[in-house]
Amino acid sequence: FQDQAEQFLRSGHTNNWAVLVCTSRFWFNYRHVANTLSVYRSVKRLGIPDSHIVLMLADDMACNPRNPKPATVFSHKNMELNVYGDDVEVDYRSYEVTVENFLRVLTGRIPPSTPRSKRLLSDDRSNILIYMTGHGGNGFLKFQDSEEITNVELADAFEQMWQKRRYNELLFIIDTCQGASMYERFYSPNIMALASSQVGEDSLSHQPDLGIGVHLMDRYTFYVLEFLEEIHPASQTNMNDLFQVCPKSLCVSTPGHRTDLFQRDPQNVLITDFFGSVRKVEITTETVSLDRDVAGFESKFPEEELATEPLKYAEQLPVAQIIHQKPKQKDWHPPGGFILGLWALIIMVFFKTYGIKHMKHVF
Amino acid sequence: GGMAAAAALLLLLVVAAGPGPGRAGAGQERRDALREELLLSPLPTGDVAATFQFRTRWDADLQRGAVSHYRLFPKALGRLVAALGVRELHLALTQGFWRTRYWGQPPLQAPAGAELWVWFQPTVTDVDKAWKELSNILSGIFCASLNFIDSTNTVIPTASFKPLGLANGTDHHLLRYAVLPREVVCTENLTPWKKLLPCGSKAGLAVLLKAERLFHSSYHSQAVHIRPVCRDASCLAVSWELRQTLTVVFDFFSSGQGKKDWSLFKMFSRTLTDTCPLASQSKVYVHISPKNKEKELLEVSPPPTSVHEAIVQGEKKTYAVYDLLSPSLFNTSRSLNVQLKWKRPQDSSEMPIPTLHAQRYVGGYGLQTGQICTLIYNTHPYRAFPVILLETVPWYLRLYVHTLTIITKGKENKPSYIHYQPAQDRRRPHLLEMLIQLPANSVTKITIQFERALLKWTEYPPDPNHGFYVGYSSVLSALVPSVTAMKDMDVEQSPLFTSLFPSSDGSSYFVRLYTEPLLVNLPTPDFSMPYNVICLTCTVVAVCYGSFYNLLTRTFHVEEPSRGGLAKRLANVIRKFRGVPPL
Repeated sequence: FQDQAEQFLRSGHTNNWAVLVCTSRFWFNYRHVANTLSVYRSVKRLGIPDSHIVLMLADDMACNPRNPKPATVFSHKNMELNVYGDDVEVDYRSYEVTVENFLRVLTGRIPPSTPRSKRLLSDDRSNILIYMTGHGGNGFLKFQDSEEITNVELADAFEQMWQKRRYNELLFIIDTCQGASMYERFYSPNIMALASSQVGEDSLSHQPDLGIGVHLMDRYTFYVLEFLEEIHPASQTNMNDLFQVCPKSLCVSTPGHRTDLFQRDPQNVLITDFFGSVRKVEITTETVSLDRDVAGFESKFPEEELATEPLKYAEQLPVAQIIHQKPKQKDWHPPGGFILGLWALIIMVFFKTYGIKHMKHVF
Repeated sequence: GGMAAAAALLLLLVVAAGPGPGRAGAGQERRDALREELLLSPLPTGDVAATFQFRTRWDADLQRGAVSHYRLFPKALGRLVAALGVRELHLALTQGFWRTRYWGQPPLQAPAGAELWVWFQPTVTDVDKAWKELSNILSGIFCASLNFIDSTNTVIPTASFKPLGLANGTDHHLLRYAVLPREVVCTENLTPWKKLLPCGSKAGLAVLLKAERLFHSSYHSQAVHIRPVCRDASCLAVSWELRQTLTVVFDFFSSGQGKKDWSLFKMFSRTLTDTCPLASQSKVYVHISPKNKEKELLEVSPPPTSVHEAIVQGEKKTYAVYDLLSPSLFNTSRSLNVQLKWKRPQDSSEMPIPTLHAQRYVGGYGLQTGQICTLIYNTHPYRAFPVILLETVPWYLRLYVHTLTIITKGKENKPSYIHYQPAQDRRRPHLLEMLIQLPANSVTKITIQFERALLKWTEYPPDPNHGFYVGYSSVLSALVPSVTAMKDMDVEQSPLFTSLFPSSDGSSYFVRLYTEPLLVNLPTPDFSMPYNVICLTCTVVAVCYGSFYNLLTRTFHVEEPSRGGLAKRLANVIRKFRGVPPL
């Protein structure tokens, strides 16, 4: 009991967030969506609610016309696990997944009318898990086949987050080719990063499914998912075990990690610190009495005034009224710059030709 | 006209806790009621259409008075209506297309993608700002990219989309209409829709709504309609009605495995086990009326609790009714699996043709010009009726209005009303609204030519070779003459699928049709060219200009050969000894 209390005090976070991004479009990139949804599923299973997860999927695979089993995304070739499920909330879909939106979500500089489910409302006591997957190269990650995010931009975004105290600790996982290049440039404290391959190596996909016709998952995330399936909210597994997932013999690429910016020893960091949402519960012994008078609440409604004459429904196709409709009065706008300039030119030429003395006839 | 319409909508309110005349007293509960209904209609081609309707009616005025206690009416939508001054809201998310020609008139059709149209209250001063806020909030609630609705795809129709609820005058400046044809509909849109239902998807008819079966269909449309309705016979007070409808058409070949016999289990892989305890009415209707009024074609099992006859869309139709709240239904077995069997095979000659149907296609060739052709068919043998055609064309297809031709039976047909609003590049789409009279038994062809614009290279979506959507489906609103005159209905007692549109008189019924969405290829640049051009240009500049610069600015001077260092002299001495010429 004593060292459980110590454990609570050591980690220092009070809430958990997750930002899961799939950046690839088109049907043959099915595996990237399956990767992201697997992590989404694990994170939800371990306790992080939908309101604390920002899920960005760059294309729709489940209801894609080429999907022989609609509304499903499978992670294993025997179609054992439908990672899409029945209760999924995708916050950024399709064309909304852009570098700009991703950086806005991270830094919090979002237009005021954005709904809550699309915001990352973290504070300085939040542990954030950021998972990205897609196609990448040395120093960049491709978004939707039309733009990229570089490792410098990502590092600067994390620094902005640190300056604004938007995270307590951050775990960054990336599953792309040459993924280690993406975490080379980080310089903000309290960031731990994992990647599926080193610079110069490609991350490979796991296995194709002949029924669906595409590769279903990437190797690194497949083994990470297998590892996470054994974690439950009370498990004590630490980060060193996560670093051992997918050795070169299984993954063909060499997964890498970076812990120099992280203050705590990875041995003491629990998996559930980032993947789960373990809440601290304070037990109190004082009683709170609720107000019994609930019935009187209903009577507080203001009196409704009723209309004096009956209201009616509108006619759906009032032919006579439509035919005799007056056209909408076009709002008068003062003439724009071009017209004014043209007229000024004409008048200037006129007076230049015929002399200034004609001006007095105007006034 | 209007007063007669109001009188025609008399309904008998159950007087259990009825208000005194002229006063809705304080201290009285705000009553809300939920009715749920499933309509199964076999279609002429062997497919089956299932329409779910969940209607929550709340006897409170959301606009006036601060309402803070929500029971059946979802709080998210109630607060939206109150805060933004919304009078009517209709949002539909659809995947697929309803083939009117083969399936008949739809109960309530929606275009593929997302469609949102809203009437605001007259008290709203800045309608555009409220519209933008509304689309953003709805995109968060329904996980759809409705935040892409802006001025480039919003139009203000002037004659169509009249309000479906109580209206005090129709100033079309308060109406906004937008369609997003690229919108995908999947489980993430169905989940929040199901969460708005009072019983969720745990009890009642909503247990049938499983995503894997619903999206494996030819047509899937889920919609949310909020409107004010009359509270009672006198129509002096306003109630707010929320209807959630879901229409799905299961395909004869893929879901039905080639057999025309359907059952709830075959369609939804589930059966009904119990009712939602919050629902005051929960019924399943099966359309069994014979096509040619001879003996019945369809047999349903288990035997229905009652049979209901109604005049729907101008025709007399018979329905087998299963009342889930009646105690006798779940007596024999714990689950209800309605099965439909055909008694005798159908001939293809029995396929009825709907009175009004339309199709649209793009003509022309090449990447510069084209034309949009719409064909409207009126198959009624002797009645003519008017139809309003609404076309919204995006700005990058420049319409030539002087090429607009409307031809019926070989002669030109002049519309009685035209409203055309030209597009502004990158700001506003084209809007064309026409009221056309369709003569009996005729085909009307409407053509208009357009030219494709070249977009700026940053304006292309990430997959430009998919194509661009034209015209967002023309909308036809028509009053189609009915075969049988419709009687005045009691809205509370009649099934929900008959009270979607307020009816004015019995001689015709209102229907709204959408045509196919069209895809057009715009001239698309090769997006790798900027990189190629930069490489090529830089190479050329470096090689040509660089060498030229060197030639012009380099000075040459003669260099004395050095006598050599110490090592060289030593080597020369050794070479002299060897007899070899020196370095």
